[in-house]
Amino acid sequence: MAPKKLGLKQRYAHMTRGLDWETSYQPMDAVYPFDSFEGIKIKDWSAWEDPFRLTMDAYWKFQGEKERKLYAVLDAFAQNNGQTGISDARYANVLKLFLTGVSPLEYQAHRGFAFAGRHLRGVGPRVACQMQSLDELRHVQTQIHTISHYNKYFDGISEFRHMHDRVWYLSVPKSFFDDARSAGPFEYMIAIGFAFEYVLTNLLFVPFMSGAAYNGDMSTVTFGFSAQSDESRHMTLGIEVIKFLLEQHPDNLPIVQKWVDKWFWRGHRVLGLVAMMMDYMLPKPVMSWKEAWEIYFTEAGGSLFTDLARYGLKVPKYADVATAEAEHISHQNWAIFYQYTHAAGFHTWMPDKAHLDWLSEKYPNTFDKYYRPRWEMWAEMEKQGKRFYNNALPQLCQTCQIPMGYTEPGDPTTIAFRCSEVDGETYHFCSDGCKDIFDGEPEKYAQSWLPVHQIFQGNCGGATVPDVLNWYRMNVGADNMDYVGSPDEKLWNEWHAGKVRDAV
Amino acid sequence: MSVQALDNANYAKNIEYRDPLKNFHGNMLVYVHWEEHLSFCAALAFPLPPAMPFGALVSEVIAPHYAAHPDAARIDWSKVTWMIDGKSVTPDMGASLEANGMKHKSLVRFWTPGLAGFKGSAS
Ligand SMILES: [Fe+2]
Ligand SMILES: [Fe+2]
Ligand SMILES: [Zn+2]
Repeated sequence: MAPKKLGLKQRYAHMTRGLDWETSYQPMDAVYPFDSFEGIKIKDWSAWEDPFRLTMDAYWKFQGEKERKLYAVLDAFAQNNGQTGISDARYANVLKLFLTGVSPLEYQAHRGFAFAGRHLRGVGPRVACQMQSLDELRHVQTQIHTISHYNKYFDGISEFRHMHDRVWYLSVPKSFFDDARSAGPFEYMIAIGFAFEYVLTNLLFVPFMSGAAYNGDMSTVTFGFSAQSDESRHMTLGIEVIKFLLEQHPDNLPIVQKWVDKWFWRGHRVLGLVAMMMDYMLPKPVMSWKEAWEIYFTEAGGSLFTDLARYGLKVPKYADVATAEAEHISHQNWAIFYQYTHAAGFHTWMPDKAHLDWLSEKYPNTFDKYYRPRWEMWAEMEKQGKRFYNNALPQLCQTCQIPMGYTEPGDPTTIAFRCSEVDGETYHFCSDGCKDIFDGEPEKYAQSWLPVHQIFQGNCGGATVPDVLNWYRMNVGADNMDYVGSPDEKLWNEWHAGKVRDAV
Repeated sequence: MSVQALDNANYAKNIEYRDPLKNFHGNMLVYVHWEEHLSFCAALAFPLPPAMPFGALVSEVIAPHYAAHPDAARIDWSKVTWMIDGKSVTPDMGASLEANGMKHKSLVRFWTPGLAGFKGSAS
């Protein structure tokens, strides 16, 4: 008799059967030491629902298919010299920012989910976390492979891994993930699984992927698509974990609420880099950051938190402040990079008149009043041969590690200064959100590796700017400074002169 | 301790405080910010000797680092108003930073009456 073929659900049951056995040589708490110290109470792990119920063989098959498609597109892109067909070489800087700032986080996510998958004693979340861990490893690989093609032509790409651990602004995304990974597995799951993958993920990937599509970068669009079906599994895991924790025990609610508040704010701060990319770095802009925030946070997040209200969970603290900041952060962040262009691993540029007009139209409440004059003043200075640089190092926020350039809620002309005093030592913050996070765990954030302070302590290659840039492995004169006058620009102009010649 | 850690008993012993005064080779950190001139995106950070006179902070550190701004040449330093760590003060230019009440990581904010950035935009 031929063996009966099992259905997917049955195969999943077989795959996970017995994985949650009770240990006998060692007490369960010794085998799973990490899932109790955070104070989360779980009564019944078997109540975990895995709506995907993906078996390993189905997983391999499905992912393998996607890989084949992706690499076929990448090959075609390389053969057709797709890099010459992007909207403008300025666009390549979006990829530099992505590869140095985001791709290493995919790797961190891989490590983080492997950890959660090992240390949560419930079998459902363990399997889901291990699959997500593999997905994230695949994401970092496909991103490196895709962008490596651009590395053949453009500067600022080759040392992405080294830079991620050292360069001042990359400490912002790096410390975000270090914070999550040095927490317990439940906080990690709320931080990355729920706050990042569920609440904020569309604000990260949609701008990059639609930006790629608008600007002729079909290779990046394809890795985006290749990750998309993974993301729907990740979002499901994120929403599942929060519902599970809130259903298991009422004592979990205040702990989870504190994490949601914290990770919403931390995520919002990191996404400021995306805001700047959307509003300033895309030669063909897709939509403004403010519009994206309205669609993906105000509307989508609004209905999510309405749904979660039945568990007693509230909208993250300072969500209103973050929404008000959507009028400002992209402008404030691009201004930071413009004045520190000598220390940035990608090129900056002065927005031209058409772009300023686009920003005026997208930001009628704020741009003409507060930010357009800043660009016009700097444009005038450029014309006089006095391009504006900031020649000192900025004060950084102890929590988010971003230069303290954000303004008071309701007053865009005054920087927000916040501080806390602990054991006679002062710590400075960019916002109430960052101060609250510090005040919740001062012993953790007193250990922040703040690039500016590390430079002054002599831990970053030397005392001068060239010493530090050398320690970053920044190729001075090629990786950094303005796009205008860069080797990237020169190459781009040559390609285009060639295209014109061929056409004649 | 407010951190919840796997090993709560030993966490405090292993904290690596990154930025105590002793790590800065005899200097202390000072942050300076020119109000209503947001071309300078954030307060500036400097490691400075605590014995430096406040007047030297103004002439040797503050003035040159803000000189790139078109308003800088028009600053009347005798009319500048100062705030140190949230308190409005009239610094003693001849006295040291320390004698002016400053410590490691103090924040100095200053306003320049009549100058409010490019076309009054605080830029
Ligand atoms: Fe990912
Ligand atoms: Fe993901
Ligand atoms: Zn902050």
